[in-house]
Amino acid sequence: MSISKVLIANRGEIAVRIIRSCEALGVRTVQVYSDADVDSLAVKIADKAVHIGASPAAKSYLDQQKVIDVALAEDVDAIHPGYGFLAENPDFADAVVSAGLIFIGPSASSIRMLGNKVSARALVQSIGVPTAPGSSSILKSLEEAVELSEETGYPLMLKASAGGGGRGIRVINDLLELRSMYPQASAEAKAAFGDGSLFLEKFIAEARHIEVQILGDGARCVHLGERDCSLQRRRQKVWEEAPSLISPAVRDLLCQQAIKICEAASYKGAGTVEFLYDTVSEQHYFLEVNTRIQVEHPVSEMVTGIDIVKEMILICGGDSLAYQQADICIRGHAIECRINAEDPAKDFLPWPGVIESLSIPEGEGIRFDSMLHEGCVVPPFYDSLLGKLIVWAPTRGECLSTLGDALMALKLDGIPTTTSLHRALVKDPHVLSGDFHIGFLEEWLLSQYPS
Amino acid sequence: MSKEQILSPLPGIFYRRASPESEEFKLQGDSVCVGDVIGLAEVMKSFHEIKSQVAGYSITFLVEDGDAIMPGQVLAELDG
Repeated sequence: MSISKVLIANRGEIAVRIIRSCEALGVRTVQVYSDADVDSLAVKIADKAVHIGASPAAKSYLDQQKVIDVALAEDVDAIHPGYGFLAENPDFADAVVSAGLIFIGPSASSIRMLGNKVSARALVQSIGVPTAPGSSSILKSLEEAVELSEETGYPLMLKASAGGGGRGIRVINDLLELRSMYPQASAEAKAAFGDGSLFLEKFIAEARHIEVQILGDGARCVHLGERDCSLQRRRQKVWEEAPSLISPAVRDLLCQQAIKICEAASYKGAGTVEFLYDTVSEQHYFLEVNTRIQVEHPVSEMVTGIDIVKEMILICGGDSLAYQQADICIRGHAIECRINAEDPAKDFLPWPGVIESLSIPEGEGIRFDSMLHEGCVVPPFYDSLLGKLIVWAPTRGECLSTLGDALMALKLDGIPTTTSLHRALVKDPHVLSGDFHIGFLEEWLLSQYPS
Repeated sequence: MSKEQILSPLPGIFYRRASPESEEFKLQGDSVCVGDVIGLAEVMKSFHEIKSQVAGYSITFLVEDGDAIMPGQVLAELDG
């Protein structure tokens, strides 16, 4: 492995997570930081920290040239982009390589092939993986969308071709809405992603979100099983678990198709292939590929015992994949709860501030990935994720029980958080029995959740 | 003449335009009705409209576009 020093081009809990894996490998770390993050945990624990700019991400973490300049000045071998920011930007991956450095992630061409939703749909269709009924290419006009809608029926989704991670999606209920929303959706996609192209897909309401964790070395891929991330609010995941509750036959099919997709793109590093599984028709559909480490990767680590971030570094440092598929077995059950700086009583309004006191649950099978410490300032400039409570146990029942205790023991004062939401969810009969789909949480919040 | 104040309901970053290419919601000196949007607050990647709870003439902004704001901070004053 040729990497001995890594620059972390990210912040928050994932920066801390990456530094920990670097430490385990004996790799030195350089953490870049903005004004707002000067006192952050990642800055404290990295071997070296370098200031790269003002608090708004556009002036710091998204400034490609500054990140690369620091990497060259600090003589690092590689850049780890984490998730968000520059993680899925193929031009950045190209620029890193052009500067003579290693990008810890797939090649720019893999990112281009899989990151654009329309080209990814075309690729997976060409190798026989089903996609939801809808466009085979970018919509040329509203009239084309209207024509296609006659085939897919309503509700349908208008999606930004350059979107992803739940952003740039609108659910359309009828023709009237399609006519009025189309121009707006295109304008918004242009503003948010710099690309106004849209495509259309049938909306499947009673579906589970099932995603497969992949590791690849450019030649070969293995899967680390799947995760169920069906508990979502506004298409943002709230709670994730591994393994899912789908049948072994469907699990095997999805995992094999995910490998096929990633091998077709010569995938290197860690990636996730997302599917929707329609619980009514028992059909599955390809959704998208995330060409990065994901927020919810810890549940897969807990059930496989594999440090995914460490494997990314080893592979991108030139090692071959350390595992054959037969080496990987899924043991027990893991659940992750995202603890966000949001107020469940105020429609999940994000609320930055100061963490006045903090008490983190400990015990067998309990893990808390976070950048928090007492007195730390949660700035308003970045996303609201404060930490992830992850619990592992031999069975799902025991996992839920330990999770319930751990949530009660998690104390976080100073700002509102989503801990109370998870305390209610972990006791809900549908959640306990695993009987939920992607629309469940929003309905539950309206009907069951006392705000 | 009495002064009415428009207070920030949340912490975040204050913007006077919906997007960098848009017109300002209100120009210095504009009149404001109850419910008029006077700016946006960006909080942890989500955007929230800030609506005036008061009416008045000749708005004077006390914060700049892109400034960090705190709950309860006076964003603008109006002549009552």
